[in-house]
Order: sequence, then C-alpha cells, then structure tokens
Amino acid sequence: MSELTVLNTPETTTQGDGVSHDGKSWFYTDVVKEHFFSPQNIFKTNDEAVAYEKTADGIGLVGSPACGDGMKMFIKIDKETEKVSDIKWQTYGCGTAIASTSAYSVMLTENGGKTIDEALAVKPKDIADYLGGIPARKFHCSVLADKAFNEAINDYFRKTGQEQRIKVGSAKVIDKILKITDHDIEHAVLEGAHTFEAVQKKTKVGVHDKECIPVVNKLIEQYKEKYFGED
Amino acid sequence: MTEHNVYMDNSATTRMLPEVKTEMDKYLCDLYGNPGSFHSIGLVIKEALKDARQRTATLLNARPNEIIFTGGGTESINMAIKGLAYKYEGKKKHIITTTMEHHAVLETCEYLETKGFEVTYLKVDHHGMVDPQAVKEAIREDTFLVSIMYANNEVGTVQPIAEIGAICKEKGVKFHTDACQASGYLSLDTTALNVDLFTLNGSKVYGPKGVGLLYVKTGTVLEPLIHGGGQENNRRSGTENIPGIMAFAKALEIAQAHKAEEVPRLSALRDKFIKGVLNTIPKTILNGHPTERLPNNVNVSFLDIEGEAILLYLDAQGVYASSGSACTSKTLDPSHVILAMGVPYEFAHGSIRFSLGNETTEADVDYVLSILPKIIENLRAISPFNLDMKDIEAKHPHIMQQAGGALQ
Repeated sequence: MSELTVLNTPETTTQGDGVSHDGKSWFYTDVVKEHFFSPQNIFKTNDEAVAYEKTADGIGLVGSPACGDGMKMFIKIDKETEKVSDIKWQTYGCGTAIASTSAYSVMLTENGGKTIDEALAVKPKDIADYLGGIPARKFHCSVLADKAFNEAINDYFRKTGQEQRIKVGSAKVIDKILKITDHDIEHAVLEGAHTFEAVQKKTKVGVHDKECIPVVNKLIEQYKEKYFGED
Repeated sequence: MTEHNVYMDNSATTRMLPEVKTEMDKYLCDLYGNPGSFHSIGLVIKEALKDARQRTATLLNARPNEIIFTGGGTESINMAIKGLAYKYEGKKKHIITTTMEHHAVLETCEYLETKGFEVTYLKVDHHGMVDPQAVKEAIREDTFLVSIMYANNEVGTVQPIAEIGAICKEKGVKFHTDACQASGYLSLDTTALNVDLFTLNGSKVYGPKGVGLLYVKTGTVLEPLIHGGGQENNRRSGTENIPGIMAFAKALEIAQAHKAEEVPRLSALRDKFIKGVLNTIPKTILNGHPTERLPNNVNVSFLDIEGEAILLYLDAQGVYASSGSACTSKTLDPSHVILAMGVPYEFAHGSIRFSLGNETTEADVDYVLSILPKIIENLRAISPFNLDMKDIEAKHPHIMQQAGGALQ
C-alpha cells in the first residue's frame, strides 16, 4: 500500500496552525492541507504508474533532484473535444508542490475537463487563488505543475503530428559573460529574490557584465508584477 | 489529532525546566529591583547578579569579570566578532572562520567584508570536521581572529576546539567559539579549551530565550557595541535582564550537573535512532560525524524526496523536527551546512534533523522509528525520481563511503 490518504490527518486545520523550523507559521489554508494530506490523481502503486505511462497521451517532466524540484505529469486527451480527460502526476517537492499539483489536476479535469487552450490559460496565480492563497515564498512551487503540464501538452502535440502547435519559451541571454538568461532571472524571482542584490546572490548576474544591470532590474520588476502583483 | 507529542527540535530551542522557571519568577514581581540602584531593593539584586556571575564563571573555569551577560547567542557572537574587529580596525584586518558556521557568524563576517575586512572561510571535510592544520596555515600576519563553532547546530559535529585554540594561542591570534549547542553536553572549561571568547545562550539549555553570555578572557579587549549606562563593566549597556540572567545561570548549572548521566543516555538513544533509520529505510545516509557528534543530534537524508513534505507528515503524527531542505529556508537554498560538507544536492534537499533532549525517551525513538518508514515510502511512491544509490556512490565515492560506513 502506498496511499497517502491512510496517514493520520489533523481534525482541526485552522489557517496558519503549522509552524516551521524557523518559528514562522506556514499559513497553509485548509484547502492546501486537504490536498496535501489527500492528494488527488496520484498513483496507488508503482505498477499502476508503469502501466499508465504506456497509455498516456502526453508526458512532461521538469526539474531534477539536484535542484530540489521535480514534477512529472501524465495526461490523457479526448481527441474529439480536445478536453483533458485525465491527469496523473508525481512530484519531488514540498507540501506546496504536492498540494498545488493536486489542486491543479482537479482544476483541469473537473466538470468534464478543460480544453487544451483553456488548460494552457490557467496560470500559477489561478492555482494559488483556488488554494485560498499560498505563502509568497512558496509561490515558485506551484509553478512546477504548470510547467510540467506545458511539457506534457507539447509531448502530445509531438505525438499527434501537431508540431506547429508546440510552444517553447526560448530563453534570451541577458548576462553575456556568464550566459545568464531571462529564465534564470525569472526562476530567481520565483524563488523569492525580489531585489537586484538577492537575484545576483542566486545567479551571479551582473558580477562581470555590468552593462546588463539595468535590464536585469527591469526584468525583476516585470516578474514581480507578473507573479506577485507587486509594484 | 494524534495523541503523540514528540518534540525533537531541541537544537532549535528547549522547553524551560520548572526549577528554572521558579528561579525566573522570583525576579519578576518579588525581586524586581535594578542592580544599579543605591537603595536596598536594588542592592539585593546587585548581590543576586554578583552571585549568578560567580556561579557561571565557576562553570566556565573563569573569573566573574570575564563574563558579560547579553541578549542571546547572536548578540554574543556579534559582540565578539565586531567588537574585536573595531578594536583592530586600521591595524589588522583578517578573520578566519569556516563555511559551516551559524548564520550569526557568517553574516557578521560578510558584513565586515563590506567594511574592508578580509575573511577566510575554511572548508570542512565530509563529516563536517575542521582540520586544525588548515587553521594554522590560514593564519596571516594581519589575522586577529579565528572563530570556529564548538558543535554544529545542524549536524552536531564536534570540533577539536582545544587543539585549534592552542594553535591560535601560539600564533597570538584571538580565538572565539560559538558553544551554544555544546552547553549541556561538553566541557565548558574555557581555560582547558584555550579560548579567548566563548558564546553561550539560555534557550538551548532549558533556560530562557533572549539571554546569553560572552566570556571574554582577561587581556582581550572589545569595542562595545551598545553604549549607554555602562552596565556589564562598560561593555554592554542597558539595565541587566535579571530574571533572564538568574534563570540562565540556574539552567547552565543544572545542565552541567546532569551531564554525566545525560550524555551516555542520549548517546545510546541517538545511536539506536541512527541505526534504526539506516537499517529500515533504504537509500538513506547519515549527515555529520559517526562518533564526534553531539549526543542529541540525528541528521539523516532520504533520497528521492524533499524534506519539508516529510516534516509536514511527521507534524501531523505528533513529531516535531526540522529540515535542511530548500523549501523550509527563507532563501529557498538547501542548508549551507549540508552543502559545506560536500553532501550531494540530491541528499541535501531531503535532510531531516531530529534533536533529542531531556524529555526524549526510548519510547519516543521507537515511535518515530515506527512511523518514519511509512512516510518515506508514501512520499517516494509519488516521486518521479528513483535514483540509484550505486550511481551516487560512483559519482561521490568519498562522501558515500564515509556516509555509508557510519555506525554500521
């Protein structure tokens, strides 16, 4: 048995009753906890995962154990309606990653399922809203599900001969010396670096290539606005 | 909700002992005076403070005027490092420390670097040990301070402090050690340890939070950081935190008095815990040193899964621990201590620290060992990764050999 739902779940799940090691409340909402303790659309056994993988219409994998994040998503698509008929997922991630992916899988498949275009329009912010909010510094965890789903859809397009529909976000080199891209900066902002100094600490951007600093500052503001709605 | 309440985060903070609380209570409403006052109400407190300072000094094999009471470990560390740096400013500018110190040391050093000081961050080995020889080689003409922690807060590795201290003494360099995690388990004999500056705090010894001390050996002069009424012999102004200091002194005395039985008791529980985890859960390693480690520290890493999720499931089952996982840190980077030891990233994200304490029983250890395998199994079942230990062993032979050989 490998069902997460067999574990004890707390009866009282008031907002913010979890406390992290640094003494700060997790501020996980009831919905987050519900999805964390009883994740939806997961495999019950490893055999089930192996069997499902063979029948999935698309598979997407993002992240790696070394970077501390990992998400694999398996999708089934109704060819007629282009609706997402089923999703299964696996994650190497924290409570927020587990909860947000579970919620995301429900959002895309409930009420008969969203169409591919509708599903692609679901943004990390929508997942956060569905969960009733997640801590700002955990926001990047919810982005994984969205990225893995995009990969899975691209895989589906590839398998069904619709290469023209594949969307690949191409990275643009910002720091010409260290070859740091806008994706690296986006990732740093999602991981909680909200000032130039913090982004530089994570990425080393602008250490040698001083000319890129104004562009980096502009990007940081853009990504903050995009993900967190900050000025 | 679970009926279990197993607190295994004693390295974060401890529960105050009832007798310590009784001592503290005395100085809140009844004996409330200011030791700086001239009248009888104040004089009683002045005597009490003098007594607490004397008793504390005795525990540290020091003189009473070598003890400065502070507002906690972080303040003591800041006082030691910045206080000495400001004294040497313009004369010497080099500090030596290690990559696995507490943030209070690392951040203070990084701050001083922005003010023109130079810092050497010594590497530690895969067990988290500092090589005293490397300290010796790093000392320069302009080195004025070596700051190395006594026992690490995350992985519990205990450093050869007396040996490092002897090297510093020989080279004429001041030596500071952060001994916060050591207070209940190791020798606090400042003379035998060859230290010039020594930091302790109350929150790790079943005493109050927000109180600590800095031992400053006679002959070591610091620039004060807090100016005002000249308390603590002009070295730390501000009305003394009497309830905190009295309770802290009491807590330290009790911890040192119980050391002889508590060290073997906790060491046995720790070893049972570590063996139990390594034997029942596959793809797991011990972080830190197999023998030179604090009696209360268990730090293990589980492959393929992330630490925060483990903590949440433990929490739901009444077990309170901490993680070096990126997701539990404010910076979202995995523990700098685990990474400093060269532990592969794949393991760094799945590290969990269980720090035992005076209330930990064998039944608690058995309980954790009974629920942990299932939690790990469940999380591995929803993980997309299934790394092979052999691949990691091939990639990092030294680390894995040491980690795998631990306590087996």
